[in-house]
Formats: sequence, C-alpha cells, structure tokens
Amino acid sequence: MAPETAVRAELAVEATGLVKHFKDVRAVDGVDLRVPAGSVYGVLGPNGAGKTTVVRMLATLLRPDAGTARVLGYDIVADADDVRFNVGLTGQFASVDEDLTGSENIRLLARMYGFTGGEARERASGLLEAFELREAADKPVKSYSGGMRRRIDLAASLVMSPKVLFLDEPTTGLDPRSRNQVWDIVRLLVSEGATVLLTTQYLEEADQLADRIAVIDQGKVIAEGTAPQLKTSVGAGSVHLRLADAGQREAAAGVIDRIVGDEITRPTDPYTLTARIPQGMEDRAARLLSQMNEAGISVPEFSLGQPSLDEVFLALTGTMAGGDGARPDEQQTEGVADDDVEHR
Amino acid sequence: MTTSNIGDDDRLRRVIRVDRRPKRPSAPAVTLTFTHRALLKIKHVPEQLMDVTLTPVIFTLMFVYLFGGAIAGDPQTYVQFLLPGILVQSVLLITVYTGFTINTDITKGVFDRFRSLPIWRPAPIVGALLGDSVRYTVASIITIGLGLLLGFRPEGGVLGVVLAIVLLLIFAFSLSWIFTILGLLMRTPNAVMGVSMLILMPLTFASNIFVDPETMPSGLQTWAQSINPVSYLVTGVRELMYGTATFGDIAWVLIVSASLTAVLAPITMRLYRTRT
Repeated sequence: MAPETAVRAELAVEATGLVKHFKDVRAVDGVDLRVPAGSVYGVLGPNGAGKTTVVRMLATLLRPDAGTARVLGYDIVADADDVRFNVGLTGQFASVDEDLTGSENIRLLARMYGFTGGEARERASGLLEAFELREAADKPVKSYSGGMRRRIDLAASLVMSPKVLFLDEPTTGLDPRSRNQVWDIVRLLVSEGATVLLTTQYLEEADQLADRIAVIDQGKVIAEGTAPQLKTSVGAGSVHLRLADAGQREAAAGVIDRIVGDEITRPTDPYTLTARIPQGMEDRAARLLSQMNEAGISVPEFSLGQPSLDEVFLALTGTMAGGDGARPDEQQTEGVADDDVEHR
Repeated sequence: MTTSNIGDDDRLRRVIRVDRRPKRPSAPAVTLTFTHRALLKIKHVPEQLMDVTLTPVIFTLMFVYLFGGAIAGDPQTYVQFLLPGILVQSVLLITVYTGFTINTDITKGVFDRFRSLPIWRPAPIVGALLGDSVRYTVASIITIGLGLLLGFRPEGGVLGVVLAIVLLLIFAFSLSWIFTILGLLMRTPNAVMGVSMLILMPLTFASNIFVDPETMPSGLQTWAQSINPVSYLVTGVRELMYGTATFGDIAWVLIVSASLTAVLAPITMRLYRTRT
C-alpha cells in the first residue's frame, strides 16, 4: 500500500559497475543499469553477451565480483533475502520441476513462500486458471508444449505477486502466438505496477516491449536509451525505392549517390533500391525524389524509414545480432536495410 | 478456441492483485515442503523405487545362495551373518541417488528457482535427504522381510531391528553429504553416479559386510576392521539385531555420523551458496 507509492517514483533496479568473472573470462565487465519502477526494461544482446549473468546477479543467484546493485532499495548481497522476497524470476535457468504436475509445482512454491496449504491450493488454481492451464493442471509439466511450459514458468514466478520480475529470454524458441501471449502478459503486469527487466536477443522484442533498452555486448553496456533514441543515434534512417523499370536501377543509384552519397544497397529484387541517409541530411530525401523525376526515372514507391534495431546493433557492434533466432538467413542474404522493411 | 487474449484477461489481473505477503515459513516447515516434493517425485516416477526394491532382493539372494555354502557351510548359517550387512549395503548403495537427484535439479534449472526463494538455505538439501530416508526405509523393510523368509532370526527382536534401521538411517543421512557435494560439483548426473559408485564400492565391499576381516591380508584388514566407517556401522547394526549391542559400539557409529555431517554439511552449503 503506502510503500508501493514510495517506490513508484524511484528506481526499481540500480546497478553500478557489476563485474563477474568465470575463470579468466570477464562475463560481465562493469555493467551499470538504472531501471525506473513501473517500466519494462530490455537488456538486448547476442548470445554470450553476459545478459543472463547480469540477471543472475540481480536475482541473488550469483555474487558479483565487483560493483553493487540494489533492487527496490535492497542490496543484492547484504539484503539478499529481501530481494528474493520481492522478485520473481523466469528463465532458462530458473525452472519448474518437469516430473511434477503444474498444480503441484505452484502449490509447493506457495508453501515455500509461507502460504498455508489451503491458500497454496487457491493460489495454484487462480494462477493456472489465469494462464489457461487449468486443463493441464494435473498433468506432469514434461508433457506441456513450449508455450504452456513458458506460461507455467511465468505463473511460478508470480506466486508472490512480485514487484520486480526478471525474465531471461522469455520468448526464445516460442511460436509467434505463444510469443504474443508472453508479451501481453508482460504488458499487463506492468500496467498493474510491476517492473519487468527482460533479456532478449530479439531486436523486435525489445523494440515492441521495452520502454528503455540497454544494448550489451561482451559484458559491457554499449548503448542505452529508448528505442527511438537508439535509432537516431546511428543515423536518420534510410530510403526505400521501388522502380517501374528494373533497367533504371543503376541510373537511380547514380542520383542517390550524387545527392546523399552514402551506402547504397541493391536487394535481390531488381526493382528495388535502398540507401542510408546520413544524420542531418533528412531534408534531402524530398530532393532525391524530384531529381529522379527530372532524370526520367519513374518511382512508383518511395518510403523513408527509421533505422531498425538490427541496424542499430550492427552500427554499435559491427556484428549482426541474434545468434540463433533472429532470422539469420534473411539478414545475411538480403541485407540489413531490406530487413528493416520487413519489420515495419 | 484461441487463447491469445491472456493479456487482456481479468483473471490474470485479479490473481496478480492478490498481494498477501505471508509470514516467512520456519526452517522445519520449509524443509518438510521439500521432503513433500521428494515424495511427490516418487509418486510420479515410481521407477526410482525399482532400484530400491530390486537391488536388495538380488543382492541378498545372490550372496546367500552363491557364497553362503562356501563361506559359512550352508546358506542358512550365512544369512544369519550376512543379513545385517547386506541391509547396510542395500541402503548405502541407494544414497548415490541423492547426488544424482541434486545434480539433475541443477542441470534442469530447478535448483536455481529454489535458490531464488527467501527460505532457509539448507532446506532444499536437507528436505531432499529426509525424503530419501523414505526410500531407505522401503529398502530396509524389503531386505529384512526377505531375510526372515530365508531363515534370518534376529535375537534382538522387533525393537532391536527397528533400532538397527534407525541407526542405519542416521548414518545414511550423514554419508549422503558426500554425494550432495559431488552433486554440486560435477557436471552431469551420470558423472555423479559413476564417481559415487567408485566411492561406495570400497566402502561396502572392503568391510565386514560379507566376511570376517580376520581372513583378509593385513593392509586390507586394517582398513576393513578399524578405519572403514561402514564396518563400525555394520557392527552396530548386527549387535542391535542380535540383541548384543554395547553402548560403546553404538556410540562410535553416532560419533562417526556426527563427524561426517559436521565436516561435510558446511562444505555442501558453501558450494550451494557459491555455485555459479
């Protein structure tokens, strides 16, 4: 009640200089995070960037080698139990017991938090009902589908109605429908006042869900801000053209080169052309179109877009994001800018 | 038919609005919850009771009829000597599952969920160990039942037999800490099994379980008679079952058990806390 309003205006998570070594690898190399209460915060990075290690430290599962962090004002080392009491956790590393049924898993967890037997039963039926797992309640979790599995994991982390929820790659490996369900759940939790910190290797997920994003690579935060901020930081965006005549593509490229003079991409579709617009040259996009007209090049489709987070990531790290999941085929064969069109 | 509207669902809203914060459970209460979990696992994976029930039967029958005549003249005489020992072996062999189970929980991520809870830290391990004692009890009852069928007659009576089982359970609980350590250190459940067996073989076979160590070469005899903690346990269990227990022999077993726990439990808990 009262404490909640006090917490609202503050930071739900505040980490300063977190470091964690595994043998001689610096998995996390000085990470600072400031997560406003009541928001979704995305930690974005490729596999092995150190995202999971950061979450494990914040959730008190790992002790940092250096640096400090507070969750809801509680120190993750000195007040670990207070952190545990207020935080929910879901991820590849914090899971439910596959041999037991969904209902048994939730009931046991509720008992471990101190609910009585009857309350635990009530909590389990309420959560399973809400996550549409009622029919599967008495089946062993190992018989669940991927989406159900993720929902029971989420339900397990909500037994205590946590104020802060850590989700480690909550949608990795899910089909689009289950992924959308998870997104809906996250939005609902935040609308009810919870703070969600999620890690993801999907740029689209961070873009869709997160109020603020920290891009992390090789154990360091390399960029931080809202999605639009991150996008403008790498350039104004790009233009996409569709020509009436494929034979005019080189002529069109020549015009673009004269006016904006930046990287031009020629997608496999011979009618299309994409070019980056450097920062501060946005006003030239209109001139581009009139010059095409003058040169007798017919351009039935012309669009100007913000860069995608894929481009942001590429610009920041020099490598493509999303090791296993982020549609690597399309990205590699058709180029970065084309992928941008797909996302919008 | 579709269920994709979970996010706009009032049920979810209602259930997460329940913000009742119960009082943190006491250490015994939360430990018993973990014991409950271990029992639920037996219910769902009854296969794990197969070893518990079959191993003692096979070992008892095999040793009584294969070696009984050669060692003691006839199987009936041998079962009288062997049964308390084979009971110890049956139960101790099952203790390897402790490490196996813990390691499986770690690899599956269940342990991290427990570690993220605001509970008494040793509860998951102590609770699991208590749950295992149910398996030990089942194995004990089966071994003794079979022994009675084969002609074993405990002079110590029911009380002697019950006390012998209790002594065995205490020791098994204490020895299990070795396997919790292995469970926390090793990478895969199967590696835990392998190493645990390597430890248990010399402990159980190089002991006074099957034969009197008098017949062994001197080095082995020293180990089997005066060093191997299992031999002290077997002596205590025999004496309780035969009704010839001495305070000193039983006290030794309890001291060994307490020492094992005093040394190994803190190591386990340290590994548990600092596991990465």
